[in-house]
Amino acid sequence: MSTDLATPPPATPEAVGHHDVADQRKVAMWAFLGSEVLFFGALITTFLLYRNDVGDGPGAADVFDIPFTSVSSFILLMSSLTMVLAHHSSMRRDWRQMRIWLLATALLGSVFLAGQVFEFTEFVHKGLTVSTSPFGSSFFVLTGFHGAHVAVGVLMLLATYFISVSGRFKAEEGMNVEIVGLYWHFVDIVWIVIFTIVYLLQV
Amino acid sequence: MAETAHPHPTPRDYWLIALVLAVITAAEVAVAYIDVEAVVVPLLIVMAAAKLFLVVAWFMHLRFESKTYRRLFYIGLASAPVLFGAVLFTFGVLIGS
Repeated sequence: MSTDLATPPPATPEAVGHHDVADQRKVAMWAFLGSEVLFFGALITTFLLYRNDVGDGPGAADVFDIPFTSVSSFILLMSSLTMVLAHHSSMRRDWRQMRIWLLATALLGSVFLAGQVFEFTEFVHKGLTVSTSPFGSSFFVLTGFHGAHVAVGVLMLLATYFISVSGRFKAEEGMNVEIVGLYWHFVDIVWIVIFTIVYLLQV
Repeated sequence: MAETAHPHPTPRDYWLIALVLAVITAAEVAVAYIDVEAVVVPLLIVMAAAKLFLVVAWFMHLRFESKTYRRLFYIGLASAPVLFGAVLFTFGVLIGS
């Protein structure tokens, strides 16, 4: 038997497409993301309730730097592109390309986190801390929890990268990249909402 | 269980979506500086919703997925405004804070 006949060429993801077969891990991740919508929904609602309750501390217009946060938002948005390209590469079983895009996503996520740390430091210097006012508390809790989610996402990306580099990444584990990707994109869409409601609508 | 294959986007599609997302983000920042609240608020909400839809539908592949996944996510998405309304009603009307 010839090898060509025995080993069919790998199908492209475009040809394979998505199948309506529910994978338990994907179902679990989608259910988790559905619950996370409610979690962040509660935090955003709390922020909206207290956004004008600034006490003696600075308000949103006094501390927010929209151009800086816009660049951070753009970086996180582009990390969703690199993430989906990593997933696409994993479906093609192009592991080298997948690792490059995974690292790019982790790097962009880390830059976003560095920007958030810088921003928080600036706010503290301007007199806005977590205990200054209800506005400060609700702002730091909401954006802090989002930052923690980004940090967890970066760790998941790096873990997937190192598992792949160590050679323990099996062909059928492309699903792991998809699940990490779902989490990462969710973190991105939460920021899309935060950027509009917390930053743009408050200045 | 019956399997139904849907066409999958190509990297070119993803780059195109990313370009659209970047343009909308730039438009959002520009709109935020317009000094007419009646125009700014609806515009920003519509643009954020468009970005959210693009990421969920294309990057998270929800438009190509089975109903099971879509239902799980949309239940959460539909419940969030209900939660939002309930909290605002409780604090704004019942408690009056």
